[in-house]
Amino acid sequence: MNGGPLFTIDDHPVLFQDGQTIMEAARAAGVYIPHLCFNPEFAPHGSCRVCLVKVNGRTQASCTTPAMAGQVVQSETEELRDIRRGILEMMFVEGNHVCPACEKSGACQLQAVAYYVGMLASPFTYFYPRRALDASHPDVVIDFNRCILCELCVRASRDIDGKNVFAVQNRGIQAHLVINTPSGKLGATTFSITDKAAQVCPTGAMMIKNQGYGSPIGSRLYDQESVKIVGDVAQVPESEGGRRHE
Amino acid sequence: MLVEPGTLGQTVEEIVQRHGSLPTRLLQILREVQDSLTWLSPEAMDVVAKALGLSPDKVCRVAEFYSFLYTTPRGSYDILFSDNITDRMLGSRQLLRYLCDKLGVGIGQPRADGRVTVGVTSCTGMCDQGPAALVNGYALTALDKPRLDRIASLVNQLAPLSEWPPEYFEVTTNIRRADILLGRHFADGAALRAVLKRGPEAMLEELVKSGLRGQGGAGFKLALKWISCRDAPGAVKYVVCNADEGEPGTFKDRVLMQEYADLVFEGMTLCGRVIGARQGFVYLRGEYRYLLEPLTVTLQRRREIGLLGKNILGEPGFDFDIDIHLGAGAYVCGEESALIESLEGKHGVPRIRPPFPTTHGYLNQPTVVNNVETFAVTAKIAAEGGAWFASRGTLESKGTKLLSVSGDCERPGIYEYPFGVTVRRVLEDCGARDAQGIQMAGPAGHTISPKQYDRRICFDDLSTGGSFMVFAKHRDILDGMRNFAHFFVHESCGFCTPCRVGTSLLCDLVDKVHTGHGARADLDEMRRLGRIMKAGSHCGLGQTAPNSVLDSLDQFPEAWMRRLRSTSYEPAFDLDASLGEARRLSGRDDPGAHLPDEYSDMVRLAGLLAEREAPLSDDERNLLGVMP
Amino acid sequence: MSKLKVATCSLAGCFGCHMSILDLDERLFTLVDLVEFDRSPITDIKQIGVCDVGIIEGGVCNAENVHVLREFRSHCNILISMGACAITGGVPAMRNRFTLKECLDESYISGMGLLDAQIPNDPEIPLLLSKVHPLHEVVKIDYFLPGCPPSADAIWTFLTQLLSGQPIALSYTQLHYD
Repeated sequence: MNGGPLFTIDDHPVLFQDGQTIMEAARAAGVYIPHLCFNPEFAPHGSCRVCLVKVNGRTQASCTTPAMAGQVVQSETEELRDIRRGILEMMFVEGNHVCPACEKSGACQLQAVAYYVGMLASPFTYFYPRRALDASHPDVVIDFNRCILCELCVRASRDIDGKNVFAVQNRGIQAHLVINTPSGKLGATTFSITDKAAQVCPTGAMMIKNQGYGSPIGSRLYDQESVKIVGDVAQVPESEGGRRHE
Repeated sequence: MLVEPGTLGQTVEEIVQRHGSLPTRLLQILREVQDSLTWLSPEAMDVVAKALGLSPDKVCRVAEFYSFLYTTPRGSYDILFSDNITDRMLGSRQLLRYLCDKLGVGIGQPRADGRVTVGVTSCTGMCDQGPAALVNGYALTALDKPRLDRIASLVNQLAPLSEWPPEYFEVTTNIRRADILLGRHFADGAALRAVLKRGPEAMLEELVKSGLRGQGGAGFKLALKWISCRDAPGAVKYVVCNADEGEPGTFKDRVLMQEYADLVFEGMTLCGRVIGARQGFVYLRGEYRYLLEPLTVTLQRRREIGLLGKNILGEPGFDFDIDIHLGAGAYVCGEESALIESLEGKHGVPRIRPPFPTTHGYLNQPTVVNNVETFAVTAKIAAEGGAWFASRGTLESKGTKLLSVSGDCERPGIYEYPFGVTVRRVLEDCGARDAQGIQMAGPAGHTISPKQYDRRICFDDLSTGGSFMVFAKHRDILDGMRNFAHFFVHESCGFCTPCRVGTSLLCDLVDKVHTGHGARADLDEMRRLGRIMKAGSHCGLGQTAPNSVLDSLDQFPEAWMRRLRSTSYEPAFDLDASLGEARRLSGRDDPGAHLPDEYSDMVRLAGLLAEREAPLSDDERNLLGVMP
Repeated sequence: MSKLKVATCSLAGCFGCHMSILDLDERLFTLVDLVEFDRSPITDIKQIGVCDVGIIEGGVCNAENVHVLREFRSHCNILISMGACAITGGVPAMRNRFTLKECLDESYISGMGLLDAQIPNDPEIPLLLSKVHPLHEVVKIDYFLPGCPPSADAIWTFLTQLLSGQPIALSYTQLHYD
């Protein structure tokens, strides 16, 4: 190793540049830390909490914690795996994630991260919320049942597309994604399938119409290799089963 | 009270202009619009959005976030009972039902004539003089049935609040024990004269010498915070006083703002001088709305006598002024970065930290945020010196601390003690003879059992923002735990997964056990949830939300065990009740249309078996799950 | 050593998980050397006896499901929740987005081609719960085996590890929710 400041993740030295977060430095060094609301093209958000690591003994989100020389970061410990698993278990009971009935299954980052942390089932009590489906847009359907409030579509539409199509309203367990029109319908917006916001959802909450089940079971994005190897669904080109437009 | 639709635009426009059409005043504007309209209709929000040049979703986001802002119609009289456990101890729930019956209104639903809504809200900070409530934002104290009878008739007569008996709105300060902060006279301007005479640098030295730490509970060294802000790059700096005293059971900041506002304002002005800020804000919790006018008067008086405004005390360039922002019912805004968001007119979701407010605070400028009590103390230190202050307290916790004592004691109120006082001493002084436990520092703090009464109140042992709620022996401590669990569900901002989902899951389990439907496995699940929330949550709210449950599991295991069924596992829901809808729809009521409670069958069977010595039948074996 | 007794059943499921058990193919011969099947669609035994292991697919949607599940719990030392429906409620639980009344109205009152439309009230028909639930919300579950269905390989890995007392460790391709 030469030059630059260093910290360690699970005893592996990681080089970083000033201003990088632990997540960014780890990514650059090829060290995978599971995440959902983090997307390297956007400012860190820190809401899903899946990327928790221990920094000098304190649990912190790696996507929002600046890297500093000499930090001792732990990531793949049984304790952290249990907490990450617990957070995934919470997501699965909060919404209605019916993998067998979801077209996104197999190429869903929520599912892939749950596999990665070894979630077999959620032991918690299911909420079974009653949420609507919005199929008013000609090209895209929003299934609010599958939203995990990562706000990536909110951020993409606001910061990159300049359309501000999505928002989160209310608070606490009532917090939910909404479409910014009086009718609350996506069809009434200028949203387009080519928007950045259409490419960032890590779950099946935003689905492109007139296509589906493009890859047979066994050869979908995360069927053979874990998200650690394959990467985020938003970073993989559509032709390879991901979401990124070429 | 209601405004004609035609004048809606005009009403809103006037309010917006009075606030200089500043988006940072959005929360204040929405409060005032609601004051004239009773709720925020989509049309009203649209007009506000247009007038401020904001997108409608931003306005809606704020309106939906704060619990005192309503996006559905409310009654002209909006009565909210304080729902803290101390109010409940004083009979608030019975009074709530009493008033609802009296007015013919359901909880949270406006009456058909639109005249009145009765609901509940988180602790309103009147724990020493409850049961308390708010009417159209104004505090009502010491409620009882005669008062509610009168209130019901006043509502039915459409009497304006100005015609209600003034004693209903009387808030007493109940200072039971005074030490160096509350007990010594302070001459207005003394701290400012001292800083002018000795210079900011010398003042900082005094503050270092004093060892003062943030009195809100976190205990950050005050001088370090001020120095860090002073040294942060940025031409414009701000001083923010956190008077969003939302921790249930805490009311000492209310007393300071009511009786010692000059001291607080002087501390803020001193801070302005030391860090180089010209603008200060008091973020006053919405529940203390009744203090807004008196505080505004105090600020004006201070301007008139040269303690605020331009050239303070005649010193050229010593400019500092203070604005008051009202909150609108969001506990999370007590977190300093959420408070700043709220101050900027936004919904109060805590920011990512770092950067900290001392470098990136209000409008991203360096900002000092301190608690009311902390500012009051700094003014005293400036006037009397750091050594004087440090002579009180312990090695790590200098000076004194205000405690808000409530619950089962003879003399609830404010107690000022040197740091290091034992819990036992406080209990003796307040007349709590049969305390089975204390909730310290609010639901987010520590649940203390008698074996810990010799612990000391200070940063190195029991740290606290000041809440001290006493549970007598005849109370069910789990009533408190359940109340707290519901509080956190209501107050979670919903930003991060562990807090948003965890508070609800934890609350459901507490409900389950409290209502006698829980089993051992539920306690284990509570502990695991608590671990995930503590480690995983984005801010202090979620990290501390499970504390009372976790503490009480350790300190009062028998209170939990007593509620458990003897089984190791109980279903997550009421199975028989879950058939109720189908029974109704099909008209069935045969035995097959019911699911007997396995547990009650087992209890019955165990009783029978105790009287009989015959071997078990196969059915009985099945029921008991006994292996041959 | 006597063989371990295993019982299986399907509640609010589609028997797909049982099909996956049959997909064990020739490994079934090895399995029956290790275990004896008690109540199971495989044996057609209707009454469960005392068992070491119970494997249940499907969630809980009606009163009969609750009875069978309780019976399994009280007769089995180890109870395994198998497949998406048992673990999450699965596809049957998609009716939870509607009220029971809406569901029954759609099926029995306002659906097409109905004569003398009425909601059935025959005591022979198990009464529906207002919602479909996963097994672990009704009884204690010891192990979860996800999949829709879990593949024969996953079932084989799971059972052989369980029977030999090892910790359960599914390979990456054996752990899935669909």
